[in-house]
Amino acid sequence: MPASGRRPPWFLLVAASIGAIGVLLPLAYLVLRAFEADLQAVQALVFRQRNLRLLFNTLTLSFTVLVGTTLLAVPLAFITVRTDIRHKRLLTILATLPLAVPGYVMAYALISLGGNYGILARLTGLALPRMSGLSGAAAALTLYTYPYLFLNLRAALAGVDPSYEETARSLGYGRTEIFFKVTLPHLRPALLAGWLVIGLYVLGDFGAVALMRYEVFSYAIFTQYHGAFDRVYAAWLSLMLLAMTVGVVGLEWRLLGRTKLWRSGSGVGRKPAEVPLGRTRPFAKLFVWLVILAAVGLPVLILSYWLLLSPPDLRPPQVAASFAASAGASVPAAALAALLALPVAYTAARYPSVISRTLERAAYIGYAIPPLALALAMVFFALRSAPALYQTLPLLILAYALNFQALAIGPIRSAVLQASPRLEEAARSLGRNRVEAFVSTVLPLLRRGIVAGGVLVFVIAMKELPITFLLAPTGYRTLAMNVFSRTSEAMLAQAAPYAAAIVVFSGLFIGFLLKHEGSR
Amino acid sequence: MQVMKINELSKTYDEAHGPVAERVSFSVRPGEIFGLLGPSGCGKTTLLRVIAGFETPDSGDILLNGRSIGSIPAERREIGLVFQDYALFPHLSVADNIAFALRGVSKQEKRSRVAETLSLVGLGRFGERMPHELSGGQQQRVALGRAIAAGPKIILLDEPFSNLDASLRDATRSDVRDLLKKTGMSAILVTHDQEEALSISDRLAVMNEGRIEQIGTPETVYHRPRTPFVAQFLGRTNILQGTAGGREAETPLGRLPLDREAHGAVLLSLRPEHLELLREDNGNAPATVLVREFKGHDITYRVQLGGIEYLAHTEYYRSFHPGQGVRVVPRAPAVVLQHRTWCTTERETPEAVE
Repeated sequence: MPASGRRPPWFLLVAASIGAIGVLLPLAYLVLRAFEADLQAVQALVFRQRNLRLLFNTLTLSFTVLVGTTLLAVPLAFITVRTDIRHKRLLTILATLPLAVPGYVMAYALISLGGNYGILARLTGLALPRMSGLSGAAAALTLYTYPYLFLNLRAALAGVDPSYEETARSLGYGRTEIFFKVTLPHLRPALLAGWLVIGLYVLGDFGAVALMRYEVFSYAIFTQYHGAFDRVYAAWLSLMLLAMTVGVVGLEWRLLGRTKLWRSGSGVGRKPAEVPLGRTRPFAKLFVWLVILAAVGLPVLILSYWLLLSPPDLRPPQVAASFAASAGASVPAAALAALLALPVAYTAARYPSVISRTLERAAYIGYAIPPLALALAMVFFALRSAPALYQTLPLLILAYALNFQALAIGPIRSAVLQASPRLEEAARSLGRNRVEAFVSTVLPLLRRGIVAGGVLVFVIAMKELPITFLLAPTGYRTLAMNVFSRTSEAMLAQAAPYAAAIVVFSGLFIGFLLKHEGSR
Repeated sequence: MQVMKINELSKTYDEAHGPVAERVSFSVRPGEIFGLLGPSGCGKTTLLRVIAGFETPDSGDILLNGRSIGSIPAERREIGLVFQDYALFPHLSVADNIAFALRGVSKQEKRSRVAETLSLVGLGRFGERMPHELSGGQQQRVALGRAIAAGPKIILLDEPFSNLDASLRDATRSDVRDLLKKTGMSAILVTHDQEEALSISDRLAVMNEGRIEQIGTPETVYHRPRTPFVAQFLGRTNILQGTAGGREAETPLGRLPLDREAHGAVLLSLRPEHLELLREDNGNAPATVLVREFKGHDITYRVQLGGIEYLAHTEYYRSFHPGQGVRVVPRAPAVVLQHRTWCTTERETPEAVE
């Protein structure tokens, strides 16, 4: 029945707004802080030559990573979905695993490959220059983020109605022509969606660019805040980075708006026929395995090398304590994020309207914001309005939850959509009020969605670096912080156990999630 | 004496699409099954949801046992509801689904009343099953049992048989009717299936575009439709134009008796089974058979007479073939239709003398 005409009850709107307010309020403090300096100083800050270079570097890095990920993901997706290559399932899982290797671990792996004391030098005596700068940062980010595009493209390729391609073939087009003229246009929404995620990630990334010492906005914010203690300039850099983020999201919406017509209908029963690889089979195999080797094999081999061949003088309890520190912030953050997401997801699913869509988008702001900007905003907010919170664990947990709440909305919303609103109405016709009806009938059905959303937040928060760096209480050292600080001081062997803990932990979860996806 | 009285109820979602319910009035008598029949999208389900308290009407009043319930929230209306998809709670067993309806009842009494309800709906041994382990018809009975167990003043059923296979539908329909009659429960049943409405209802209202066009017993509504819509929605019919003078009218079929007095230009309805075809082999037959539809128990013919087509049913043994000349003879008085006059207050068609 038409639910769109109905307005959500006020208490639901209030509950659903908390997450959005939580994101927007600190941002207001960021703006306040930025305008604290007098006008002349502000002008000097904004029109610095350096900002132009940062802008140029940020754009160059984003563009390079987008091109790199596209060149990897498009053929990978096509080969694993549409051709007759064997072991598709295994290849897909392996090609997705780099998601378990965070950008800073990837950077760590690439860095430790070259240089006078690098692995290559130790094993072969051949000292390649150590990777750094644009090429290093781009390589690390490309290898880490291409799976986002790969997964999007896979879903789109599997959903293309085969009759389009068959029509083109019957009209005399060859396979290559069909790919560019028929298939690729259908992939545009998926490309845009993947590019958006990767673009936002690159804008917000801090670990890889910092380790590779490539000067982009987020790295500059960090050095300003930590090294130079110029907080007004840091605030201005954050605002500029935010403006870029808004630009990227806006651009995506514009482009996507125009491609609506091309989206193929869902629910296509027929699966497209497999394209025989024929003589190109060895090349296809070589390509897939090279990507997997570079993105998964390399970090795993390097980590193993540091772990086994040069056993660091580290005791397992220290790694365990560090793991506990990561979990100690991530578990409550996951719970809080799920709690924030529940009313947003419920309102969006049950009362689709401008208001509920706005609230949902507002929650996504938290995810799109560069994490350093959000962390800085939280610092300003805490210093001004809640000094007791500054440098405490609750503030870190709150920042995680605000940053990642959007991840929990999706699974919960799908669960709400699967639970018929008739169930609540049936409970009300049997004498329960709104809240009782929800708790007794729908909430039990949402358990899986809530757990799935929470787990997603948990896994991502375990790897989080920039927010942790700015907001962690003094002496609180998570796995990510240990990897970062030891790598940046060139203590590669000592970083290995922490990095390995992150990779193994995330790898297990990603394998678990993929298996779960496949079984449905 | 009425259990429920609906008074001039109106509801509009958005002005562009017109009202989904406009000045709807009817009442339900104790123990009666009242059908709400209409095409999809005519506002029946909205009306049901307004009565149950899930939608707010723009105007009008709902009386339950003489008390206005318009401002009472759904959970305190004491109105049972059986949804089209049954809305059985998937995380609760059949017994727990029924126990859900019993609040503030001691554990012991709960158990005995659940058992009572289960045997009432003929599912005595299914209490421990989960809803998805039951067939559609069984789920339907659990939903009805759950609604009855709460002890409502009236039960609303929204398209209760539409999710069932055709083979199950007839049996379930009579099960539900028996159950409601056995418990003496008053009920409003919404459906778009005219055969269903005619067979299960004690009385029914025919709705179209948010308004009620006619209220009456199934026989009255079928045999003496008040509007062209009702006549056509409840089965095939022939609509004729004529000029009436008292109890007779001049029509293309000749002079016909009317079911009631009328004057001037009138619209008349004659069901196909009220037209008889007679052989006319002498070469100057007034009508010609165009199409023959054999349906087993009877045969439907489409015949042409004076440029107009008519439908006529004949018994299985009277066989004609396309192209054959026939005479069309009415067997019952034609029913005088109104040009869209609305039942703004409850006006019922007088019980027809069949």
